[in-house]
Amino acid sequence: MATFTERMGPVLLFWLGLCLSGTWAVDKGNFKTCDQSAFCKRQRAITPGESPYRALLETMELTNTKLTLQLINDNNKVRLLLELYRLQGNITRVKINELKPLKPRYEVPDVLIREPPTEPLSLLSQDENGVVLSLGAESQRVIVSARPFRLDIVEGRDVLMSLNSRGLLGFEHLRMRKDTFSYKVTSTVASVWDNIKRVFSSQADPEADNKEATDPPSQVETTKEEEEKVEDGMWEETFKSHTDSKPNGPSAVSLDFSLPGVEHVYGIPEHADTLKLKTTDSGDPYRLYNLDVFQYELYNPMALYGSVPVMLAHNAQRTTGIFWLNAAETWVDISSNTAGKTVFGKMLDYVQGSSETPQTDVRWISESGIIDVFLMLGPTPREVFSQYASLTGTQAFPPLASLGYHQCRWNYNDQEDVRAVDAGFDEHDIPYDFIWLDIEHTDGKRYFTWDPHKFASPKEMLQGLMDKKRKMVAIVDPHIKVDTNYKIHNEIRSRGFYIKNKDGADYEGWCWPGSAGYPDFTRPDMRAWWAGQFAYDQYEGSMENLYTWNDMNEPSVFNGPEVTMHKDALHGSWEHRDVHNLYGFYVQMATAQGLIERSGGVERPFVLTRAFFAGSQRLGAVWTGDNAAEWDHLKISIPMCLSLGLVGISFCGADVGGFFKSPSSELLVRWYQTGAYQPFFRAHAHLDTPRREPWLFGPENTALIREAVRQRYTFLPYWYQLFYHAYQTGEPVMRPLWVEYPQDPATFALDDEFLLGRDLLVHPVTEEGARGVTAYLPGKDEVWFDIHTFQKHNGVQNLYIPVTMSSIPVFQRGGSIIPRKLRVRRSSACMEDDPYTLYVALDNRRTAEGELYIDDGHTFNFEKREFILRKFSFTNNVLSSVNLEPDAQFTTKSWVERIIILGASKPSKITLRTSDDQENQLEFDFDASMSVLTIRKPGMNVGADWTVTLQ
Amino acid sequence: MIMFGHFVLLLALFGGAMTVEVLRPRGVPLSKRQFYEENKPFTCLDGTRTIPFDRINDDYCDCPDGSDEPGTAACPNGNFHCTNAGFRPGFIPSSRVNDGICDCCDTTDEYNSGADCQNTCRELGRKEKEELQKIAEIAKEGFMLKKQLIQEAKQGLEEKKSKLGDVQNSKKDLEANVEALRTVKETAEKPEKEAKERHLKAWEEQKAAIRMEKDKARTAEVFLELDDDSDGFVSVAELQSHPELDPDSDGSFTEAEAQGLLGGVDQVDTVAFETVWNNIKEKYVSESNADVPPPGETPQEETQDTTSDNDSENYPDEDIPEEEDNDDEEDDEDDDMDDGDYKAPPTMRTDEKKDEDDEGPMPPYDQETQALIDAAQKARDEFNEAEKSLREVEDQIRNLEKEISFDFGPSSEFAYLYSQCYELTTSEYVYRLCPFNKVSQKPKFGGSETSLGMWGKWAGPEDNIYSVMKYEHGTGCWQGPNRSTTVKLTCGKETIVTSTSEPSRCEYLMEFTSPAICQDPSSIDSGHPDHEEL
Repeated sequence: MATFTERMGPVLLFWLGLCLSGTWAVDKGNFKTCDQSAFCKRQRAITPGESPYRALLETMELTNTKLTLQLINDNNKVRLLLELYRLQGNITRVKINELKPLKPRYEVPDVLIREPPTEPLSLLSQDENGVVLSLGAESQRVIVSARPFRLDIVEGRDVLMSLNSRGLLGFEHLRMRKDTFSYKVTSTVASVWDNIKRVFSSQADPEADNKEATDPPSQVETTKEEEEKVEDGMWEETFKSHTDSKPNGPSAVSLDFSLPGVEHVYGIPEHADTLKLKTTDSGDPYRLYNLDVFQYELYNPMALYGSVPVMLAHNAQRTTGIFWLNAAETWVDISSNTAGKTVFGKMLDYVQGSSETPQTDVRWISESGIIDVFLMLGPTPREVFSQYASLTGTQAFPPLASLGYHQCRWNYNDQEDVRAVDAGFDEHDIPYDFIWLDIEHTDGKRYFTWDPHKFASPKEMLQGLMDKKRKMVAIVDPHIKVDTNYKIHNEIRSRGFYIKNKDGADYEGWCWPGSAGYPDFTRPDMRAWWAGQFAYDQYEGSMENLYTWNDMNEPSVFNGPEVTMHKDALHGSWEHRDVHNLYGFYVQMATAQGLIERSGGVERPFVLTRAFFAGSQRLGAVWTGDNAAEWDHLKISIPMCLSLGLVGISFCGADVGGFFKSPSSELLVRWYQTGAYQPFFRAHAHLDTPRREPWLFGPENTALIREAVRQRYTFLPYWYQLFYHAYQTGEPVMRPLWVEYPQDPATFALDDEFLLGRDLLVHPVTEEGARGVTAYLPGKDEVWFDIHTFQKHNGVQNLYIPVTMSSIPVFQRGGSIIPRKLRVRRSSACMEDDPYTLYVALDNRRTAEGELYIDDGHTFNFEKREFILRKFSFTNNVLSSVNLEPDAQFTTKSWVERIIILGASKPSKITLRTSDDQENQLEFDFDASMSVLTIRKPGMNVGADWTVTLQ
Repeated sequence: MIMFGHFVLLLALFGGAMTVEVLRPRGVPLSKRQFYEENKPFTCLDGTRTIPFDRINDDYCDCPDGSDEPGTAACPNGNFHCTNAGFRPGFIPSSRVNDGICDCCDTTDEYNSGADCQNTCRELGRKEKEELQKIAEIAKEGFMLKKQLIQEAKQGLEEKKSKLGDVQNSKKDLEANVEALRTVKETAEKPEKEAKERHLKAWEEQKAAIRMEKDKARTAEVFLELDDDSDGFVSVAELQSHPELDPDSDGSFTEAEAQGLLGGVDQVDTVAFETVWNNIKEKYVSESNADVPPPGETPQEETQDTTSDNDSENYPDEDIPEEEDNDDEEDDEDDDMDDGDYKAPPTMRTDEKKDEDDEGPMPPYDQETQALIDAAQKARDEFNEAEKSLREVEDQIRNLEKEISFDFGPSSEFAYLYSQCYELTTSEYVYRLCPFNKVSQKPKFGGSETSLGMWGKWAGPEDNIYSVMKYEHGTGCWQGPNRSTTVKLTCGKETIVTSTSEPSRCEYLMEFTSPAICQDPSSIDSGHPDHEEL
């Protein structure tokens, strides 16, 4: 589009300013370091040592649901209130707030799916040094030490986790500003008044002095507090040309956690970094602050588009998690007493019997809000997932079609272009389910509209796709063009739904449409209104096969500080500072709600978001933002999605091919091969890159891409079942090896391979010019079958696999049964009634089991128990299918066309027995070289009970 | 599980008269019927294995090449044949059988999916026939035009070749002419130069004399000014009354210093003062100036204006660029004239006068010199004129040679496009295609033109290289490549740009019709459907 330059002149200029300052890499100068973020610098300046905080044990109250206790900071006498809860499912919640804050401090709403149910706490012992409480039935206790204040969670003789053990608890109480005239007047009057009161009260009430000692915050303490020094950046902070006015002054909170025995911590996405988090002593902490980072750089702790403040800690004995529920800018420091040691050093320790146990120490620092932290005590990875899911919910169960392949580009130019690309997939016989439209489809970046020339008849276009059982996604971003001829803008403005600037006027920033307002999605009434805009009679040109993509929802503000919103902008009485990391979560929430409502609550939504927070898993899919066509970006897609999966967000993918720049055909093919085995499988490309539809790289590459996409489609039943499982349990679909092999330290840092569910191990080729890869096959009793050659490999081993351009090293675990649909159609919907092939991979005990989930693929009727859940098991040479949910009802036309048993021996006869007690002999074929038994066309309905007996 | 009929009964029209029944497995084309013999074992078409006949189209894939399941979706690589009676028969991938989407116009692919398909073959056949007829008509007329174009191109080429010969001849004459005139010019310029130098030298001498006179008068004037007591001598004390003359400018003008200025004596007379004056000239401030009246009064300004020596420094700065501007304009206007100042010394413009000393303008050349200048100028003009003509002829030759050697197609049928331009106006832009030259885009409502590429090459497929033109190296794109345009040519009676698009960023596509690409209708299949079935 040549028009880009002309039309987007001002934006372009701005982008030029943003982007041309350097090379391809991110301009780090646009984003703050900890030192440039005043609160981070202040809090990080606190060094380990004795904490000034003391628990006032005499204030302790223990009710059935919680323990409360006051803490006092001996330096300034400010009192805090500690609340400690024992939550169902082995979770301990610790809340710390000011006892009497000057004004309320922000507590994050809407992220927890409910007020977490509690379990009773009981007091085990108490003396002047502290108290010991029992955490339920297990031998877990929490020890509250009084002076200095610290918390230790202990199981048996092991300390699982300690809080404030390094004395880094920091809580900046809200205060009056003292360097201004108004403050001085107030404080002077106040102190005079205090004195008067004191004089009078001591006459009238002889107990007053006594009372002061216990009645916080007494005036004496307040006076003392006022003597604290004012530092730069407490009341105002300037970064580049942007000044943050900070009318509420300093308000940061921070706390340290010690994890004895832990050397591996994970999570706190989103960062373009390894799966195993690194120590941060020598650089910046990991930062959580949703930002639109132009051309982000890999392997560093800089903030990216989304934030999930959840960290998992793992060792061979136990997995635990820390969920820091705070939506303000957050930094996480990690240090370890073993990090600096070489393997030799560790060995020396071992030989010399060094008593020092490995330990990881973590410190969380947030700019505002309160401390509200959930300690998820495992002990297994699965239990941590379930504990986190009990707090924030599970992965939304996506429509089946959204697990297919997505074809995206910025931009498909017009309806003819869409038609031609759609036809291209048919011509080249490559399946796909969704074609996407980026911002150029709108009328001048006014979302919910269509360009009147390029997309003059959207319904015709959507009908054309529907005729092929395909779907479309159109982008709807949260920035709204300020234009009095734009209905959406006028309504938002007249309803007062825009976020306000610090002076109370509608906040305006610069984004794709030019000057734009940002609706306040933190308001339930705003979200309800927004959801209503997706109704078919509101969103002109929309149809039921049109879904939505929320981009730029960090929010991205081209001319804002760090390309986002000013922190002193106002969401009602709260500052943007308090809610920043929640904005994208709410945008997706309102959008998903809109898609549900437009169908009268029948259809499952599909919404992709770039920004996210804890709980976003309930709302749809995320992708890793604007990556680049580079091999390292292909590699990093694995740890980035693994990290998201660990904190509940399973529906993750990276732009296949890379967004910026142009991939070589080799990189593109490898990316398709990798993406085909990652949850969200979408190709996307920048406006300025050459076209890259799968057939534009010569017949050979087209064939390679076709094969990769087809493999994806054959596994759709497995993907669907994994997502159903994720929806039920919160377990990640794409998971690190250590989740399944938690006692094998060799798996703890692996992030060039991964598991899908338990049963597929994927080691994609991510090296340019690779001749082979080495895959780690875990499990000393496991066997693994190459899904292409059926060759069997034993675990544990590092297996070298020679590769060609067509190789995608994937292994099925012996002991598993994976149902697949080998008939590849144009789209997933065309496969609905197709028959299944069961891949039965036998383990060393010659057994296997697996599940199959089937429903209509797109509605919420599964909640009304309209589905099929079968369990297949193979033991004693009998393969059987039983109904796991007998009271669920659904019928399918699909049948079993083939059973392939890997690691089998040759039977003499195979008999099928169906539920009506009919017996049939089945034909089969046995490949002795690979021990593969193929049973031909058993033909029974996949929803029925049956057994197949090998003799 | 559902078993489908293996066979379909197909009714086909044969030769328009006879009706035959052709029985064969679903999805098998007539041409391959022989391989599917009823109730006999079937050997996969790739020869890999032989299976019982009842396994053909039994919805299970037995043959690696998919040949046992043409009529079901069981094999990933099968092909289903649609007869499409009334339209063109064709193959679809077997994976599209019973997928709920109507692919064959005769609906035979959706025999068990419940899809509501309508037989549209006849309608399609009719439309296609009409379409093909239309195309054939266009091709016929287009081809006639093309023959004409070829004829014209042939003629044009010959004309150009003969013109080239003519022009090459005239070039030789012109070259000789230029050389002759160069000699004449050089001969005339020598005396001109000498005469002008003489004139200038005389004027310089005259100016020096005038300047000396003036200096003397000034010395006397200053002497009188300094000689306060009018005793005919300037004394140390009198000199000291002018503090600006203090040699070390330290604020105290001592007697010794004044004495130093007077050459070591206490006083000097008018004669000795001449030497002294030379030393103090730079610093001396006239007494009439020292008594400064309040600013803004006209008389003072006038005085200042007439004060000679300081004047050049007092020029207002802003005058300077203005002057340069004037000069530029003058230069532009004078472009056609030559560099020599052959006329009488140019009349000074008012603002330039200030630059001149009081000596006044240079007097006009004497008659003899002026005559020499005029003669030289005439020689120069004639030489330049001749050289210009030669250059023009050389350009002409280059252009002709380029055009003659240009690849205008096998019979030069595209030659008529040369030096033509064709426009297409869209909602936003005016696109302009100048074949063999360039493509550009200009916003409809103001804005500058953007180059979408300069002529690159013919870029069609090997068997039809003249069907596509490629224009390259247009204006660069931000963070992207230089703009380029692919022009696709199709047969048409008229020469027009029918559409433009930008399929990929900064890569444009233009559709262009021209009779020159039309093919002989007799050489192409008249477009009758391939009647393999009948």
